[in-house]
Amino acid sequence: MNILEINDLRIGFTIHGFARDVVKGVDFRIPAGKTVALVGESGSGKSVISQAIMGLLPRAGAVTGGSILFRDPQTADAVIDIATLPAEGKEIRDLRGGRIGMIFQEPMSSLSPVHTIGNQIEEALQLHRPVPKQEARALIEAMLKRVGFKDPARAYDFYSFELSGGLRQRAMLAMALICQPALLIADEPTTALDVTIQAQVLDLMRDLQAEMGMAILLITHDLGVVANMADEVVVIYHGEIMESGPAEDIFRRPQHPYLKALLKASPHFDMQEGERLVALREARPRTPAAPKPAPASTPQGRGQRAPLLAVRHVSKTYTTHSSRFFGKGTTSTVTAVNDVSFDIERGECLGLVGESGCGKTTLSKLIMRALTPDSGEIRFDDGKDCLDILSLQGEDLRGFRPKLQMIFQDPVSSLSPRMTVMNILREPLVIHERGDGAEQKARVKALMDDVGLDQRFLSRYPHSFSGGQRQRIGIARALALDPELIICDEPVSALDVSVQAQILNLLKDLQAERGLTFLFISHNLAVVNYMADRIAVMANGRIVELAPRHTLFTAPVHPYTKALLKSVPFADLDRKLDFKLAAPGGASDTRHWPAGFKPDPDGEALAHLDLGAGHLVLAKPGADVRELA
Amino acid sequence: MLLKYIFKRILVMIPTLFVTSVLIFTVINLPEGDYFETMVAEMQAQGEKADMSRVEFLKKEYGFDKPPAERYFWWVTGLLRGDMGYSFEYQLPVRDIVGDRLLLTMIVSFFTIIFTWIVAFPIGIYSATHQYSWGDYGLTFIGMLGLAIPHFLLALIFLYFANIWFGTSIGGLVDPQYLNQPMSWAKFRSVLEHLWIPVIIIGAGGTAGMIRKLRANLLDELQKQYYVTARAKGLPPGKALRKYPLRMALNFFISDIGDILPSIVSGAEIVAIVLSLQTTGPLLIRALQSQDMYLAGSFLMFLSFLTVIGVLISDIALALLDPRIRLQGTATK
Repeated sequence: MNILEINDLRIGFTIHGFARDVVKGVDFRIPAGKTVALVGESGSGKSVISQAIMGLLPRAGAVTGGSILFRDPQTADAVIDIATLPAEGKEIRDLRGGRIGMIFQEPMSSLSPVHTIGNQIEEALQLHRPVPKQEARALIEAMLKRVGFKDPARAYDFYSFELSGGLRQRAMLAMALICQPALLIADEPTTALDVTIQAQVLDLMRDLQAEMGMAILLITHDLGVVANMADEVVVIYHGEIMESGPAEDIFRRPQHPYLKALLKASPHFDMQEGERLVALREARPRTPAAPKPAPASTPQGRGQRAPLLAVRHVSKTYTTHSSRFFGKGTTSTVTAVNDVSFDIERGECLGLVGESGCGKTTLSKLIMRALTPDSGEIRFDDGKDCLDILSLQGEDLRGFRPKLQMIFQDPVSSLSPRMTVMNILREPLVIHERGDGAEQKARVKALMDDVGLDQRFLSRYPHSFSGGQRQRIGIARALALDPELIICDEPVSALDVSVQAQILNLLKDLQAERGLTFLFISHNLAVVNYMADRIAVMANGRIVELAPRHTLFTAPVHPYTKALLKSVPFADLDRKLDFKLAAPGGASDTRHWPAGFKPDPDGEALAHLDLGAGHLVLAKPGADVRELA
Repeated sequence: MLLKYIFKRILVMIPTLFVTSVLIFTVINLPEGDYFETMVAEMQAQGEKADMSRVEFLKKEYGFDKPPAERYFWWVTGLLRGDMGYSFEYQLPVRDIVGDRLLLTMIVSFFTIIFTWIVAFPIGIYSATHQYSWGDYGLTFIGMLGLAIPHFLLALIFLYFANIWFGTSIGGLVDPQYLNQPMSWAKFRSVLEHLWIPVIIIGAGGTAGMIRKLRANLLDELQKQYYVTARAKGLPPGKALRKYPLRMALNFFISDIGDILPSIVSGAEIVAIVLSLQTTGPLLIRALQSQDMYLAGSFLMFLSFLTVIGVLISDIALALLDPRIRLQGTATK
């Protein structure tokens, strides 16, 4: 039996008087108790379909044709066409939250910050299944316990900002499922979460589905998640369905070129050495960039072997003054970066992997001298001078800045909306007084060619570009001063799979052509695998493992690295995740690490053991790591 | 806990008020001369002869021959004892002059604020939930008129029509016959009869401003994901709106309390002059013009004190209402 049948659904938006179809005749069904994945890139119309099912289309949008038939298993004979229900009528409100639950991508903003978790869940319960207050509290606490809150009685009175991202999404699940809906719509439910937390939440969703028997409409762009969760898959592109069918057919025998391309565009662990990602749409061809101008004088007396950047025993603690508003202030310190040492060789790409809060962004800021570490040393050797970054002051620091540039995660907020592309790219040249006006303009034009953008775009403002194009502008800006080292802080995590492939390829090409050195920060292991030569894994402010790319992926030693690798969902039906492996508190919870890797307040300090061939792992000195592994 | 917080806040108020008092004293003393020189100049301009020996005596009496620092000291210590000084112009202690007008001012301002809230709230909510509709445009237009037309002009128009249509006497807050009578039922009715004009006029600008602020705040909140979540639970739109976005939009409203307290007392000066209201606003302006420094200075000090108290009240109210402020630690780097 199908819970939901969507027939020839059309949804139009009217913006500034222009009517535009964003969903163009879509058909699919959701069988009872099964999971259907709706896969597509941003702008494909997948979220709009979910809004239509909930009757929550924005005011500018409307269903212009077709039907959304909902058949409630409790009243199996009655079929409701949601598309014909009045937008704020009683019928659709009874379905919403009562028979169809929904969870969203951002668990932080999806919960009201000024109401307790319990209050918000109870509201949903009382709307659809009114029960006495006492009973409601018991029901809600049982539900909170079911979704994984250890102390549900206390959790009831928590506010959303007091919870971690994973717990917030669990609270959202509790709220969506408290009325035992027949259908759960999950709109990118784990995109904002770390891989290990993602595995836990997905696992929870599957368990709850088995228990409560609801159907799930899973909206996502991550084929790895799809392969692990979906019974049936619907692939949507520009408001039209490209391909749909059971997960077996979709993954083993993809028919449509779009789906095949999508599978090829996402980086995965089985890529051959030197294999390139195939972007969904090939970016406009670009001529190879000119190699970086060689240093004026060749270094004398010193070997070329000195690493470009040497970080030694760097630590940074933040002091959090957590004064409860009416209470006594308590000061707690968080060690964001703890005794970190590594080298970056000239011309290599060092990957830095870790989950949110592990200190990787703090580390990049320390290297940039945007923050000052408490202790440690950072040396920069570009072949001419050997600089102690931390002791630079005034003009020396200013002179150092061009050697180190940064590419940011968010291509929207990292470009000023009030500057043209010309001004954005020229600004670094102006600040560092490189050449006169004409030379600067010529340089900007050359940069546009380097990153594959049309020179005619120079007078435009950032808002008229797509996310991928904006990220190209960000890359061009980082290249403007011919830096020795570029720090890429999650440069593709805000981009769609197809665009991500383009940008990654561009970065690789530029690195080869210009001999660039990258510090590539990401939480996505597959992306780092594609880009990096060596990879450092960071947890709780420390580098727990550092190894050449191949070694790290084939022979990881540290439990944290292993947990990370085990949590990454593959877009492959034969290698499904073992969800039960995910540790309860996330992979960075040291309590679940074997004794040899556990920091011990009384015992010996942990040290990096050299396993040979540049493979370092953080463990107790003398511990037989091979045995532990 | 709360008491400790309030105690801490009050301690912080002391330096704030000290700096304010220095500023007020300095600014009032900045123009050339003092009250007596202004008085002499005015008398000479009118062809009268000033008794210079008496002026010299008064100057000495009030300590104008002393250095400013000393005068400041006497003024401030007086304030601390509740002595707001002596008005030269009215030949009365400042407290007596201000006290009389304070009640009327508060009546006018209180009703103005109530009027502003009653009108602005529904309109703001309507405008935000019906963005770009004819209703939104129409109400915005009327609000803009209220904001754009100078108050004194509006005051003259209202006076004219109130007199023609309702026979309300021109100016003042009561009919002239009740002027020096004790409060009675008839006088009270007369006050109410006159009150609506200043209330509407003074409230017009504030109402328009508040509508715009509420509309903008609410529009922001309506975009938020948690509002979609609330509707996805099946809440009726009105209830969802009240419980979530409106609650969040209230924050700005509460932080406004800090501004409201002093405005209750100071009243709208220009309008009060045009309408010849016996409120404190015209008094302050006159005092500043004639350099009646103790009257002006003490009154300004009183306003600053109310501002600081208002901010304190709004901070406490915000903390009680918004758990993020109450519970979240402030991280320092």
